[in-house]
Amino acid sequence: MEQLSMCVSIRHVSKSYKKHRVLEDINLDIFEGEIFGLLGPSGAGKTTLVKQLTGLDTPTSGERYLFQTKMPSLKLITSIGYMAQSDALYEDLSAKENLQFFSSLYGLKGEKQTRRIAEVMELVQLSGDLKRLVSNFSGGMKRRLSLAIALLHEPKILILDEPTVGIDPVLRKSIWEAFYKLKQNGTTIIVTTHVMDEAGKCDRLGLIRGGRLIAVGTPDELKEMTNTTTIEEAFLVYGGANK
Amino acid sequence: MRVFALTQRILRQIVRDKRTMGLLIIAPILVLTMLHLVFNGGDYTPKIGFVDVPTAVVEQMNVEGADITTYSDEKSAKADLADRMIDGYLTFANNAPTVVLEGSDPSVAGATMKWLQQAMPTGQEIGHSPKLTIDYLHGSSDMGTFDYFGPVLLGFFVFFFVFLIAGVSFLRERTTGTLERLLASPLRKWEIVMGYVVGFGIFTMIQSAIIAAYAIYVLGMMMEGAFGYVLLITLLLALTALTLGILLSSFANNELQMMQFIPIIVVPQIFFSGLFNLDTISKWLSWVGPFTPLYYAADALRDIMVRGYGWGAIYMDIFALAGFSLLFIAINILALRKYRKI
Repeated sequence: MEQLSMCVSIRHVSKSYKKHRVLEDINLDIFEGEIFGLLGPSGAGKTTLVKQLTGLDTPTSGERYLFQTKMPSLKLITSIGYMAQSDALYEDLSAKENLQFFSSLYGLKGEKQTRRIAEVMELVQLSGDLKRLVSNFSGGMKRRLSLAIALLHEPKILILDEPTVGIDPVLRKSIWEAFYKLKQNGTTIIVTTHVMDEAGKCDRLGLIRGGRLIAVGTPDELKEMTNTTTIEEAFLVYGGANK
Repeated sequence: MRVFALTQRILRQIVRDKRTMGLLIIAPILVLTMLHLVFNGGDYTPKIGFVDVPTAVVEQMNVEGADITTYSDEKSAKADLADRMIDGYLTFANNAPTVVLEGSDPSVAGATMKWLQQAMPTGQEIGHSPKLTIDYLHGSSDMGTFDYFGPVLLGFFVFFFVFLIAGVSFLRERTTGTLERLLASPLRKWEIVMGYVVGFGIFTMIQSAIIAAYAIYVLGMMMEGAFGYVLLITLLLALTALTLGILLSSFANNELQMMQFIPIIVVPQIFFSGLFNLDTISKWLSWVGPFTPLYYAADALRDIMVRGYGWGAIYMDIFALAGFSLLFIAINILALRKYRKI
C-alpha cells in the first residue's frame, strides 16, 4: 500500500446533549485523497460526527485534527467544503445570486468567481438554470445546487452530508463520477449515507450505529472479515456482534 | 468585503420581496394618514340641555359651539340624557346652577364641562378684568393632538416594523440552515451581525426618510427642527430594533413565536414613549421607562419636531440609543458562539 498522509484524525471524541449520548469515544483516521463513507441508519450520529469536523459542533471530550492542526480554526475552515443535510439556500434569490453570495464569503470575486460558478454548475448539470429562483427548483435540483456551492472554493476536504438524497440514479452516477474526478485532483471526500449500494463506491467505510464506530475498512475487507457478500450483511453482523 | 457581500444579499432579498417592502413603507403612511384624519376632524360639539335657565342668564351666555335644547321640566331632560340625546343639562334649581352629565365617556364629559365653563357668565368678569393674552414657548394654539403624537408614532412604526422584519429574517436564516452554512464558511461572527446592521440600516434610512417626509410635508405634521436630526434618531432607533429583533429571534422557533414578542416587547414601550403623561404613571411601573429604547427616541423626536431643539437637547438620547445598539450587538455576537466557538 502506498504511503498516505493523514488528513483528518479524530481522537476519543464523545458528544452528549444533556444526558443523551450521541457519540461515544470515536477514533478515526482519514487519509488524503480518499473517499471515506460513513454508513449508518438515521439517528446513528453521522451528522453530529461530520459537524465535529466542520467546527460547527464541539465535542464534550476528545480532539479532532485537520492536517495536523487542531480544530476549530478559521484558517482551516477555508479548506473545507461543507454540504449540510438540509439545503441551506436562499429561496428568494436565483441560483446565480446564491452562488455569488457564497463565493464572495470565500473571497472569490470578478473573473475567477464567474469561472468557478460556470464550472461547478456544469458539474452538477444546472448550467441552464442559473437565472431561475431557487424556490422554483425541485428537491433534487436544490441538492445539486448545495453541492455546487460546497465545491465553489475548491476545498481540499469535502464533507457531504447525504449528498445524493432525492437525486435520480442517472444523475447520482454522474455525481459520483465527479467525486472520482475530484479525488484524482487530491481532494479528500467524506460522505455520509444510509444507502448501501452507494457505500460500495467508497474507498473506505466507517460503520456507525448508536453513536459508536463499529467497524472501519474497505468494502471488500468488511465483507471478507464477516464472511458476507454484501455490505448490508456485513453491517448486520457488526451491529449484532456489538449487542 | 464579506460584510459587503452579506449586505448586498440582504438588500437583494428585501427588494425581491415586494409585499414586505410595501408593508414597511405603505403601512406606516396609511396609518399616519388615518390618524391625521381622526385627530384633525375638528372639535367635539357638546349637546346640552337647558332646564329653566333664566332668560337673563341665557342672554349673557355665549352659546356658540354647542347644540342647545331647551326643556320645560327636568324629567324630560333626564329622559333624553338617559337616551344619550344630550351630553348634559344645566338647571337652575334654587337659583344656583347645577350641571348633570351623562358621564360615560370622559372625553365627552370633559368637552361639555369645558364649554359650560367658558359659556357661563361670571358677572364681574365682563368689562372688568383685562383680556388674558396667551403666548406659547413651543407649539401654538392650533397645534393638534396629531402634532404631539406624530413624532412618537413615527418612531414607533420604525421600531415595530424593523424589529419584526429583521427578527423574522434572522429566524429564517437559522431555521433554513443558512446560518449554519454561513458559520461553516470563514465568515466571522461579528461580520454576520454587521452585515445585518449595514443592510437593514441602509434600507431603514430610505424607509424612515420616506415616512418622515410624508408626515411632515404632506400631512403637515409640526416640524420645527432639522430633518437631518429626525433621520439620525430614526436610524439609531431602527438599529436598536434590528439588533434586539435578531437577539430575540434566537428565542423563537418559528414566525408565530416571533409575533409573540410584539405584546411583550413592542407594545409596552408605547406607555413610556410619552403618548401618556410620564409623571402620572404609577411609581411601580415608571422605572421601566428608561430601559426602553422608544422612551429616548420619542423624547428626542419631540424635542426636534415640536420644540425645534438641536444637538444640545438630544445628544443624551443619541448616546442612550447608540448604547442600546452596541449592547445588543455584543450580546448577539456572544449568542452566535452557540453555533461556532470561534
